[in-house]
Amino acid sequence: MIDRRSVLQGGVALLAGGSLLGKSTLAFAEETVTLPFGNGARPLGKFPQKRTMIVQTSRPPQLETPFSVFNESVITPNDAFFVRYHLAGIPMEIDPDKFTVEIKGKVDKPLKLSLADLKKMPSKTIVAVTQCSGNSRAFSDPRVAGGQSGNGAMGNARWKGVPLKALLDKAGVQAGAKQVVFGGLDGPAMDTTPDFAKALDLDHARDGEVMLAYAMNGEDLPMLNGFPLRLVVPGYYGTYWVKHLNEITVIDKVYDNFWMKTAYRIPDNECACVEPGTAPKSTVPINRFTVRSFITSVPSGAKLKSGNVTLRGIAFDGGTGIKQVDVSTDGGKTWKAAKLGKDLGNYSFREWTLPVKLAAGPHDLKVRATSNGGKVQPEKAVFNPAGYMRNVIETTSVTVA
Amino acid sequence: MSMFRIATRLAALGAAAGFVMAVSGLQAKPLTIKLPEETAQFKPGPNLDAVQTNCTGCHSADYIQTQPHGAKFGKDFWTAEVNKMIKVYGAPIEANDIPKIVDYLATAYQ
Repeated sequence: MIDRRSVLQGGVALLAGGSLLGKSTLAFAEETVTLPFGNGARPLGKFPQKRTMIVQTSRPPQLETPFSVFNESVITPNDAFFVRYHLAGIPMEIDPDKFTVEIKGKVDKPLKLSLADLKKMPSKTIVAVTQCSGNSRAFSDPRVAGGQSGNGAMGNARWKGVPLKALLDKAGVQAGAKQVVFGGLDGPAMDTTPDFAKALDLDHARDGEVMLAYAMNGEDLPMLNGFPLRLVVPGYYGTYWVKHLNEITVIDKVYDNFWMKTAYRIPDNECACVEPGTAPKSTVPINRFTVRSFITSVPSGAKLKSGNVTLRGIAFDGGTGIKQVDVSTDGGKTWKAAKLGKDLGNYSFREWTLPVKLAAGPHDLKVRATSNGGKVQPEKAVFNPAGYMRNVIETTSVTVA
Repeated sequence: MSMFRIATRLAALGAAAGFVMAVSGLQAKPLTIKLPEETAQFKPGPNLDAVQTNCTGCHSADYIQTQPHGAKFGKDFWTAEVNKMIKVYGAPIEANDIPKIVDYLATAYQ
């Protein structure tokens, strides 16, 4: 027994030594990944409660999900879920027993609820994608300033919490109320920087789908994804999914802080687009996702063996659900309908698969989703000055031998 | 053998204690995180000190490093970015530091 024990200990010591060595090597010769656009080299890094992620920026953190994760499962694991903060004053410690969220403003009965209070209320669970408005911004042509994300600033999770409607009804929204404002515990590094807060129209806030989530994929939210409570706005870009949500204020006007009035605006036209170099005549706050799809089973640049292969991927839109996914193996000349996977709801990633036969030579694989709302991904990317809402038909170039 | 038994008992006790804690307390512990040390560094160049003084209070160097490169991302681009930091984000940058910062950025991050 003693022998066995010491051997085990020795093993542990060796392992510990090995991992220490590994870490120091990593810190020295930082591991990087090069994303497929100009100036695309990014370090890989470990952040709390996260596996190795693509570090777009470290303070405030913007962590991109490595794209291979989207082929692991339709649900994005918490430890691989992307992270995007605007302001460096992010909470480093939160006691969930002391945490409260306030509902105030134009309400009859202001509320201050603990997590335990929320967990006693009837719960709701929804599978929903959240996606950064600037997901894929680095592919914008021409390039524009801002976070230079590849395609991994998105994720799909099972959110559990309380519908916002239930809380607003409990507080009693007063006549004349127009919008609801959401604030979180994160804040700016300097007092002169506008604090991050977002607003939704009252009708949207009360639609029964917008919710306060205290669980993500059956666990507490990771700190960097908004522990212990986050706003979930199904179908809407991530900017509205306020993290560490502790303040909900009903107001009787349209909220006009920097984050609503100036930032996160899109051209007010059908395509939400303009010609590069021109300014939109008028703008509106960014809102629902455009329809998108990706091949996840094969990365661009892959070398495949000729013959039969099953392609797989994901599609999603802003809440009407996916009607159809078509795949082309000849650069868009011909298309074939893929088989859709299990339906986890209109706000979720929808898996698709298609067995194809590939002959030797180069192939441009393309995938095109159509939503139940009748929207189809465009062949040519549309442009807007902030590089938001990219949804062009993606091309995955492979070589078959 | 005896050591093994003691170890087993301790493990059992530990497990029981853990169980009791889990049942008695829906009390969760505070969640504490520590972010990794910043490794991104500014490229060398003239007026780097003005950049370090004025920019790093709010964000790490990779916010600059990751921006697109090329002919369209020269002085005009960086002037607009610095002005955005001042006007929109309230960065307390002194007027005579602005050209220094722009020169550095346009030179170091071509």
